[in-house]
Amino acid sequence: VRIDVMAMNVNGNARAPDGKNKKKTGGVEGGSERGNFFLLAVGSKALNEIWTNTCPLTFCDGLCRLLVMEIGKSCCFSNLTSNVSTLLITITITLVVIRFLYVIYWCGKPLRTSLQPISTLIVLGSGGHTAEMLNLLSVLQTDRFTPRFYIAAATDNMSLQKARVFENSLVNEAGGEVVELAQFMQIYRSREVGQSYLTSVVTTLVAMAHALWLMMKIRPQVILCNGPGTCIPLCVIAFFLKVLGIRWSSIFYVESIARVRRLSLSGLLLYKLRMADQLFVQWPRLQSKYPRAHYVGRLM
Amino acid sequence: MGDTDERRKCNRTAFVTVGTTSFDTLVRAVDSREVKEELSKRGYTHLLIQMGRGSYLPQKSTGEEGSLTVDYFTFSSSIAENLRSASLVISHAGSGSIFETLRLGKPLIVVVNEDLMDNHQSELAEELADRTHLFCARPQTLYQVIAAMSLESLIPYPPGAASPVAKRINRFLGFPDD
Repeated sequence: VRIDVMAMNVNGNARAPDGKNKKKTGGVEGGSERGNFFLLAVGSKALNEIWTNTCPLTFCDGLCRLLVMEIGKSCCFSNLTSNVSTLLITITITLVVIRFLYVIYWCGKPLRTSLQPISTLIVLGSGGHTAEMLNLLSVLQTDRFTPRFYIAAATDNMSLQKARVFENSLVNEAGGEVVELAQFMQIYRSREVGQSYLTSVVTTLVAMAHALWLMMKIRPQVILCNGPGTCIPLCVIAFFLKVLGIRWSSIFYVESIARVRRLSLSGLLLYKLRMADQLFVQWPRLQSKYPRAHYVGRLM
Repeated sequence: MGDTDERRKCNRTAFVTVGTTSFDTLVRAVDSREVKEELSKRGYTHLLIQMGRGSYLPQKSTGEEGSLTVDYFTFSSSIAENLRSASLVISHAGSGSIFETLRLGKPLIVVVNEDLMDNHQSELAEELADRTHLFCARPQTLYQVIAAMSLESLIPYPPGAASPVAKRINRFLGFPDD
């Protein structure tokens, strides 16, 4: 099978290396050039073109051959074992990359109806963040979003306390009849306010490891977060669990009402890296600046 | 004398809050002669300062000779009662304090803490001031804002709602609409 790869722009129009624009036909074709195979679809429309017009197996197979060919050209192997292990490595890398792109494509696509309760992770942050989150939780149907797991930074005691009060009020409303109790956990902070960036690297790695531990325990189907840095390690881990196929969690990020003109750092990271399934903003200027965000008006 | 008695009868408190932060610059500004004079001139009788984690201690005063009665405290579990009984609120730019005050319909002057790094708080204060829901001031200009403010020009803040977001989340997950 001869698979050559060509540049594909966001509209799904393919362009041959000779520079001429071509309409997409069945299969991916064109001249192969060194380095061209890393062009893969920028944008979900182009990805869609590849998936709908190319047999994935053929595509993968061809891509692997191309990769092996390219590496072979530059490294001069003669040893058969090296060839096989290289082939295996390149296949694995290709599969991971494809899975990665698949996840990015399907992020943001609504899920099918399940009607089962969904385990929910709620990330709390200091002060206004917790107040806004509890405000949101008070309008969500708690029998749909259960069991609920609350995570706050290790140094933040008030947020978990407020969450406990909220959960107790729900128990009282239900007349003491509760199927599943909420759980409350703490996570190490990636960075304290004013901490030097050098030590922050170490603390962020520790926070990541802790986040991995917690996420493997909880494996939530939904993550609700609204701004504090604590949510970043959790969302990154959640994204990789998606890629590895361990658990598909839908990440909803509601940018704080205090963010009128610019996204917070957490919001910006999730937006640019396309890790949140839906990113909500409360002021219209943010919607125009970040078109993939959803404007939902003020929550408070 | 008669004036003072009349003013005492209608107790008008200006309540200052810095939330859980340390905002000495604001507390100092409020404790200054200029601000206290302007508050008196505008008819306020009491000044109550919630100073949070700050280290500057204001001067308490029992309000003799027509001056303001000044008192302060660090924290309380809920400032809702203080907000309810206040005639004017001067607050740091934390969104919690701002919206709690606006929900109660109290006149609000927001003072942004310029010592904070990455001052995103000013965005919210400025936007709400542009929409005339509150006044904005800096610690240095606080007394001027108090002198010039026209409380009738304030527009009540329409309360927000979390239901649009809830609806979208439910739809996304495939739950039926209520």
